[in-house]
Amino acid sequence: MAGYSETVMEHFKNPRNVGRIQNADGIGEVGNPVCGDMMTITIKIKEDRIGDIKFETFGCGAAIAVSSMVTEMAKGKTLEEALQITNKSVAAELGGLPRNKLHCSNLGADALRKAITNYYDRKEGRVKETRGGKVEPLEKHDEGRCYCPYCQLELPEEAPYCTNCGKPTVK
Amino acid sequence: MEKTIYLDSISATPLHPEVRKVMSEYLGKGFGNPISQHRVGDEASGALEAARAEVAALINASPQEIVFTSGGTESINHAIKGVAFAMAEKGKHIVTSNIEHQAVLRSLRSLKKLGYHLTSVPVDEYGLVDPKAIEKAMTGETILVSIQHANNEIGTIEPIAEIGKITRKRGTLFHTDAVASTGVVPVDVEAMGVDLLSLAANQFGGPSGVGALYIRSKTKIVPLLDGGIQENNLRAGTQNMLGIVGMGKAAELAREEMATRTKDLLQLKKVFAERLMSIDEVVLNGHPTRCLPNLISCSVKYVEGESMVLMLDEEGICVSTRSACATGSLRASHVLISIGLDYMTTQGTLIFSFSMNNTLEEIDLAFAALKRSVEFLRKISPLYQKGKGGR
Repeated sequence: MAGYSETVMEHFKNPRNVGRIQNADGIGEVGNPVCGDMMTITIKIKEDRIGDIKFETFGCGAAIAVSSMVTEMAKGKTLEEALQITNKSVAAELGGLPRNKLHCSNLGADALRKAITNYYDRKEGRVKETRGGKVEPLEKHDEGRCYCPYCQLELPEEAPYCTNCGKPTVK
Repeated sequence: MEKTIYLDSISATPLHPEVRKVMSEYLGKGFGNPISQHRVGDEASGALEAARAEVAALINASPQEIVFTSGGTESINHAIKGVAFAMAEKGKHIVTSNIEHQAVLRSLRSLKKLGYHLTSVPVDEYGLVDPKAIEKAMTGETILVSIQHANNEIGTIEPIAEIGKITRKRGTLFHTDAVASTGVVPVDVEAMGVDLLSLAANQFGGPSGVGALYIRSKTKIVPLLDGGIQENNLRAGTQNMLGIVGMGKAAELAREEMATRTKDLLQLKKVFAERLMSIDEVVLNGHPTRCLPNLISCSVKYVEGESMVLMLDEEGICVSTRSACATGSLRASHVLISIGLDYMTTQGTLIFSFSMNNTLEEIDLAFAALKRSVEFLRKISPLYQKGKGGR
């Protein structure tokens, strides 16, 4: 179905760590409904480790599986280790994602990183509000990009033709 | 996996058992080329013309006005490009609407690159085109108006006959994409006042990969495919005989059974719509009455369509979504945006489309599964938690 691996479908059907931690130590919120996905990760820190982590996601099957996987990967890790989790490692743990769904894994790694940064910011008194702090993604990527449906090359939003295969893009 | 419940007839209807029967029989004996001048060719030619007569009867046309094609997309491409190329000296302006099928949109986009220009009229919240807006959009240079009969995403049926009166008065050619509607609701090329009409067999119990284009006699149009003189010199290439034989039977059955099918479909639709409204924050899209009897488009707020489709598929229930996410693009459906839905709501849209094979029992099972999936997905949706004022 939709070219998803068994691991993706398993996490989609049985997502781990669903919910929102009350009085969380860090909150990371990424995406918006316009681009189709939205993800919130909340973390509780215990002795410099991620003691508890939960997620809420609005999005496709891949986005939900990514959320579940990224929380599983982060749980119990030190903050330093958790910051090393990338979109690539999440996608790899899921047994791969269809190319046009890779942006979903970006979302997962970003949400986690934002939650951790938010925790640091609060700890060091950089923010008063819970939703402060600008975060630079670990790896450079643009949100909300389009993909050629034929060769799955990433394309600028307005490209009428794929720059690689020359076929018209979907509109 | 449980029993399959197929609620995606807008993508392709199940083959009617009698269609399957005539196709199997034809497969057993028919192989001839209808253009051949011998008995085997004559046999094929007889089958071809019998099918053509049935398709013509379905839309109140003459058989010689029917051109068999490879399906709705080819018919639409042929109608739009064929007229545009034939009429280029008269003008290069085409009028259309904001909620047309991709085949129309992208045919027009190709023409735009060749120097044609377009006016696309907006629709109201139900997806209805205002005939007055069409008239206003027409100029002395307008060579074609192309408006769909029924929308394939929301089911709204456009006032084609009213638009037909305008195009007749102005002497402008009028094409309607009636792929979603032909064989489902009454289609009459005379009453509608259209010059060209596209239809496909897989929307009314026939096979996929075969369709037809109605071209009113004396309409200026050039072929899309050049070659032999098949199809009244308008569509070269040996015909897809097996598909056409199936399409002819499907057309005959659709005409005979339309009244009873419609009654049954409306019953399924009514029951399902009532069930849907029992879920909070669900909206039905499209016109409440001027709508296909076999289709319901609904948007479930706070959840995303593809995840619902995946969960329903796990329970053997087949539906489709127009979430752009599922089609490899991040863009939301242009149809749903045109009728004024916000982006979040378009993402949660599902299309349930029925055939005469569906039963009330299936409807109940599908609804129960949908309800479970919505509950599950809303529980993990940050938007739902916010929308409910949880924090």
